Amino acid sequence: MARGGPPVIEVRGVTKAFGEREVLHGVDFDVAEHEAVALIGASGSGKSTLLRCIDLLEEIDDGDIFLDGEVITDPSVPPVAVRRKLGVVFQAYNLFPHMSVLQNVVLGQMRAQKVGRREAEEEGRALLARFGLAGREDDRPEELSGGQQQRVAIARAFAGKPRALLLDEVTSALDPELVGEVLEAVRDLKAAGMTMVIATHEMAFAREVADEVAFLHQGRIVESGPPRQVLEEPHAEETRRFLARLLEAGRA
Amino acid sequence: MTETATTAPGARRLEREAAKRRRARRNAGIAAASSVIVIGGLAALILTSPGWPTVRETFFSWSEFRNAFPEVLNGFWLDIKVFMVVEAAVLVIALVIAMIRVNRSPGLFPVRLLSTVWVDVFRGVPTVLLVYLVGFGVPALELEGLPTDPVVLGGIALTLSYSGYVSEVYRAGINSVHRGQTDAALSVGLTQTQAMRHVVLPQAIRRVAPPLLNDFVALQKDVALISIIGPQEAFRVAQIYQGENFNYTPIIAAAMLYLVITIPLARIVDRMGGAGGVR
Repeated sequence: MARGGPPVIEVRGVTKAFGEREVLHGVDFDVAEHEAVALIGASGSGKSTLLRCIDLLEEIDDGDIFLDGEVITDPSVPPVAVRRKLGVVFQAYNLFPHMSVLQNVVLGQMRAQKVGRREAEEEGRALLARFGLAGREDDRPEELSGGQQQRVAIARAFAGKPRALLLDEVTSALDPELVGEVLEAVRDLKAAGMTMVIATHEMAFAREVADEVAFLHQGRIVESGPPRQVLEEPHAEETRRFLARLLEAGRA
Repeated sequence: MTETATTAPGARRLEREAAKRRRARRNAGIAAASSVIVIGGLAALILTSPGWPTVRETFFSWSEFRNAFPEVLNGFWLDIKVFMVVEAAVLVIALVIAMIRVNRSPGLFPVRLLSTVWVDVFRGVPTVLLVYLVGFGVPALELEGLPTDPVVLGGIALTLSYSGYVSEVYRAGINSVHRGQTDAALSVGLTQTQAMRHVVLPQAIRRVAPPLLNDFVALQKDVALISIIGPQEAFRVAQIYQGENFNYTPIIAAAMLYLVITIPLARIVDRMGGAGGVR
């Protein structure tokens, strides 16, 4: 697939340290419209931090991030307006336990996007049905399986009609038999043309759904390109070693 | 074959149930016997003490009880009113202080500093001293518009003291809500304030409801402290009566009135701690 179209997200030379510990050392990458980029790399390589920086949940130290060509990491840009254009799905779901499934999905719509209750709930119900959760609207999150909770979280992130979705290891907290249903939901989003950044450990899934794979190692993108090339004929020594370790662990 | 498979475990089950019943009977027997020994022993100790006849007359006189009770009850009604107003004020003020203390914005620094001082000072000074200081200090200023009614002043002192405690309970609740909840709220486009209001606070308050109720019980009792600056609440009424008649029974009457309120409250706290703690 030709990489065309204007980039929705551009990350330029981003660095981020927590105290003395530098997590990102100058990360560069683009995500074009309707494209899915899979971020791979060992635990602690900075994948989550990078996603959190894009959603302005962390402040970057250097570099810039652009959304639809406009810089979002300038201190003068209000973070709330930026976050309303992005959706995030967290590894641990982070559903609101005191709210019903439907309330979880419509909260942002009603409070942030100022959509009326009736319209928000109608859309919310449709979204939940789309991700196989019809009939669970009034349940509490704790009454759902991990896979169902993560699909609610996907519906919640998608409800705000974001320009791009950021998925942070969305299957890592799940029992193996529940991974499939969540990946199915992501496939559905990809088929609908959603622009996505997917931090993942699921190499087979990255190969299938991503247009591009970027390998993050010690806070830098060491290698990126089409999945086939990065995952099967990696140029960089670090990528080869990482993939070999995954193979040994039976994850690829 | 199938018959033995179903009857054999049945027999074992009956045996176990019989053993369980025997154990339960024995435990009940031990509990009853030890209760009789401990409670009976304590009662015997008190009833055979050399001063018991006098104590019975001065603390547990039925006629004195009947005479004093209406007035004590009347005084207790004042305690209840003060309690309700102070509790409402405490819940609101403490929440405001807690929100200020968890807020990080630099513009609020002076207010944050003030709230910290508020909590440190009013929580650090014995409530009885606060009642005394506010009760006699504020009127001494002779400023126009400041309250002089000792009931109001006592209520203010209790509010200062308890808002210090309760704000720390709220703050602990707010801090116990996982960071990921705020992240998720921000990620769907909420502002910091909305995230606090719709996501963090509802969870925090649910979690601290048992300790909050516990402080209710404590406050309910501490209302009696305002008696030292004059108001005729239950303890004060009982004290006056005792001074006139040399009989302490009205104090017992006041104590019983407190128990009528605090014991049910304590049971509610227990129940919330058991069932509500999981939520």
